[in-house]
Amino acid sequence: MAKKPDLLPGTLDMLILKTLARAPLHGYGIALSIKRLSDDVLTVEEGSLYPALQRLLLAGWVKAEWKMTETNRRARFYTLTAAGRKQLGVELTQFDQMITAIGRVLRDAQEA
Amino acid sequence: MEFLKKLGMLFGRKRFGSELDEEMSFHREQAEKDLIANGMSPQEARFAASREFGNATRLKEQSHEVVGFGFETVLQDLKFALRQLRKNPGFTATAVLILALGMGASVAIFAFVDAALIKPLPYAAPDRLMDVAENSSAHPRSDLSRADYEDWTRLNHSFSSLAAYAGTGYLLRTPSGIVPVPAARVSDGFFRTLGVKPMLGRDFLPGEDRPGGQKILIMNYGTWLTRYGGRQDIVGQVVRLNDESYTIVGVLPREFSFAPRGLAEFWVPLLDKIGGCEDRRSCHNFYAVGRLRDGVSPQAALEEMKAIAAQLEVQYPGSNKGQGASVQPFSELVVGQMRPILLTLLGGAGLLLLIACVNVASLSLVRSEARRREIAVRGALGATPVRLVRQFLIEGLLLAVVGCLGGVLVAGWLMVLMKGLIPNAIANGVPFLALVGLDAHTSMFAGGIALLAGLLMATTPILRLSFQDIRSGLGDGGRTAGGRLWRRMGANLVVVELAVAVVLLAGAGLLGQSFYRLLHVENGFDTTHLATIQVATPNAAYAKPEQKVALFREITRRLSSIPGVQSVGITSDLPVQCNCDTDWIRIEGKPFHGEHNEVDQRDVTPGYLPTLKAKLMRGRLFTEDDDASQSLKIVINEALAQKYFPGEDPIGQKVGNGGLEPKSMREIIGVIGNVREGGLDDEVWPSEYQAMYQSPDSFISIAVRTAQDEKAVLPELVKALHEVDPNLGAFGEITMTDQIGSTQSALLHRFATYLVGGFAAMALVLGVVGLYGVIAYSVSQRTREIGVRMALGAQKSSVYKLVLGEASKLIGIGVMVGLAGAVGAGMLMRSILFGVQAWDAGTLIAVAVALGGSAMLASYFPARRAASVNPTEALRAE
Repeated sequence: MAKKPDLLPGTLDMLILKTLARAPLHGYGIALSIKRLSDDVLTVEEGSLYPALQRLLLAGWVKAEWKMTETNRRARFYTLTAAGRKQLGVELTQFDQMITAIGRVLRDAQEA
Repeated sequence: MEFLKKLGMLFGRKRFGSELDEEMSFHREQAEKDLIANGMSPQEARFAASREFGNATRLKEQSHEVVGFGFETVLQDLKFALRQLRKNPGFTATAVLILALGMGASVAIFAFVDAALIKPLPYAAPDRLMDVAENSSAHPRSDLSRADYEDWTRLNHSFSSLAAYAGTGYLLRTPSGIVPVPAARVSDGFFRTLGVKPMLGRDFLPGEDRPGGQKILIMNYGTWLTRYGGRQDIVGQVVRLNDESYTIVGVLPREFSFAPRGLAEFWVPLLDKIGGCEDRRSCHNFYAVGRLRDGVSPQAALEEMKAIAAQLEVQYPGSNKGQGASVQPFSELVVGQMRPILLTLLGGAGLLLLIACVNVASLSLVRSEARRREIAVRGALGATPVRLVRQFLIEGLLLAVVGCLGGVLVAGWLMVLMKGLIPNAIANGVPFLALVGLDAHTSMFAGGIALLAGLLMATTPILRLSFQDIRSGLGDGGRTAGGRLWRRMGANLVVVELAVAVVLLAGAGLLGQSFYRLLHVENGFDTTHLATIQVATPNAAYAKPEQKVALFREITRRLSSIPGVQSVGITSDLPVQCNCDTDWIRIEGKPFHGEHNEVDQRDVTPGYLPTLKAKLMRGRLFTEDDDASQSLKIVINEALAQKYFPGEDPIGQKVGNGGLEPKSMREIIGVIGNVREGGLDDEVWPSEYQAMYQSPDSFISIAVRTAQDEKAVLPELVKALHEVDPNLGAFGEITMTDQIGSTQSALLHRFATYLVGGFAAMALVLGVVGLYGVIAYSVSQRTREIGVRMALGAQKSSVYKLVLGEASKLIGIGVMVGLAGAVGAGMLMRSILFGVQAWDAGTLIAVAVALGGSAMLASYFPARRAASVNPTEALRAE
């Protein structure tokens, strides 16, 4: 099995927040969504979502409630809170700044 | 905010867990379903889903950690550690016992060191207090004369106050009769200098110490309590001392103590100059304590006092020639002599603690070997290295804490034991003993060493673990490699143990020899079957010399008639006390330039020297006829004869004071072999013995030679003396052997010898047991190898050689390192050694043989087991 690239450290929280910004989802849904949207490039060890979700819950960026799925199973759905939306904005800005900076360094290095 | 949420979660922990479980299994089921829908077989789908999901246990734990508090996992580890220790009661009990002994010894000794050397003396700003005294070539610190003290006080600018004190004793009239009580005479500013205020009543006022002043006194708290029932109205009452009335003006606070006069119960102002002696500048009987002015250093004070002494030397050449000044911190006077002994003991206790920790560390090492599989499993299940290390850390600290608690119990017991070793008379001179105990300082020290010990014990298995791949522990293959590694590390530890044991044994040996030699120095008289007692005669009834002489004759007669008593002698000072009560002599017809020829001076009755069994070398001893009607006569010791009459016959020569005044002239009639007047570790001084009947004292000591047990006669002495005169103060009855044994130098040496000896014995046992452990473990690991060797034809003897060879290598290194350390340690403690050198070959060889022998014996048992290995069984066992 070919090794897929690891997630950049610290980005998992951001990805979860971004995914939840569209719609409330349960854990498996979040994992599927990330996988699908990244064309299978970004895979997380799926289970590691759960410690991360606990972290976000504790920080008050998401909230959770038990609901029924379409197949009538009980599952825990996570919703982005107002604080979470704000946090997402902060993280995206920081991420953009970082990517731009890294891109600039790489470009300069190529030109030099 | 987060903290509150976490706190809330604390109570929903169970629900949190079950919800997490449900969520995770939902996740896996969905994944599995989707995979099946994509055409995977159900079984494949289950594995794939699990793989994608990751290590569920670890993830669950991580989730718990997010909402849990950091210390919760520590609690888990602690619980696990406790379970581990309970599961191995043998290991736990051994480790705790060893640690408790090691820590207990250290804590107990530290309590003494703390009380003596760290805690301040109970005075205001005690570091500004200086001991002030004169100094001469013979005495680095000698008493001040009253006239010199007065001049020093007047002339100096270094001290804001300078107070004099001198020991004295009174006969106190009590309802039950006359009791001699120790007391002190002090200048009026004495308590103000120390910064001590009476608890009841008032301090002495300036000027109250002048000759002709009111007879007043201040008493100790203890005296007030025991003799006067702690009465609040005590101030203003009258006490009869030596049949004179003294008014009580104050009572000192409970915590007051003054080590140089530790026994004194009453404090009386200087008042009249006593016995014509204090009028003379050459009569030295005071010491002083001074409080430095702000900004004045002890060194500057010493320089100034030296200058003042030099000025007085010019002014009064007759009395002050060669009299300098000595200024040292007062604390140095109180604890200076104890310091080297206490530090030696602390060092010894520290070494013992080191051995104990190393021993327990190697025990944990053996156990970690047995736990390799457990560690590997925990690692495989996702325990992080940090968590594993923490487990060992917690186990080490837990052991240390339990050991420390045991150690505190041991320490408490040891302190009581050690205090018991010190007789009361000496204990009063070391007031810090009252401060020895388990308090904040000692607890902090105990906590500190527990932490260090815990870290040491945790580090050993951790170091051992990180050297190897955890995963290899799962298979069986890692065993031999790990075994070898452990052997190397265990071997290093055991070398440390053996080396430390050698150092302690050698230290104990040196101290033991010092102690033995101290007790067996040549005293110049027969110390056995000799009972002694002190007598204070009331002034009023025996004011005239002839009254005293009559009393002494009567005492001699009465005591001689006690059954079992062979002879009785009276002296001003008993032997083996101090080179004190000295006299400056000048020999008639010899060149003299005012130098101080200082000799011990003793007044003795005719019976005294024969009672001691002193050896007469030339001439004669005193007879009953040598009394006031005759010209003055003296007997001298050999040291005096050799120093002042080299190659001459001293008999018939005349000796006088510096001015050779006619009434001071005395004729030498005999020479005796040196009788040790000074302490056991002092050198023998020239001494002169004067006839007691020619210059009777009011304070005397009696020596009684008995045929049988001298102890039995002690109570008889008191009774007989009171039959002679019920008003005599008779006290301090003790046998000569006991008195010698309880002198300060003997006591300090005994203290050190017993304790270091105890430490060394424990160290020997621990070291040898440690070696046994290493060799036995090594043999058990090599059973297979030994089996192969024997199957290939190796003889039993070569197996013995194999095992004992390994052991003797360890022992050899340990002993060599230890011997080097022992010489170093001996050098460090040379100030408390007596008559023996740090590199004393006999001691070192004996220690090497004793330790080497017992260590070889300890390795013999595993060697025998190795040699009796049955090759077939050994090979099959694998």
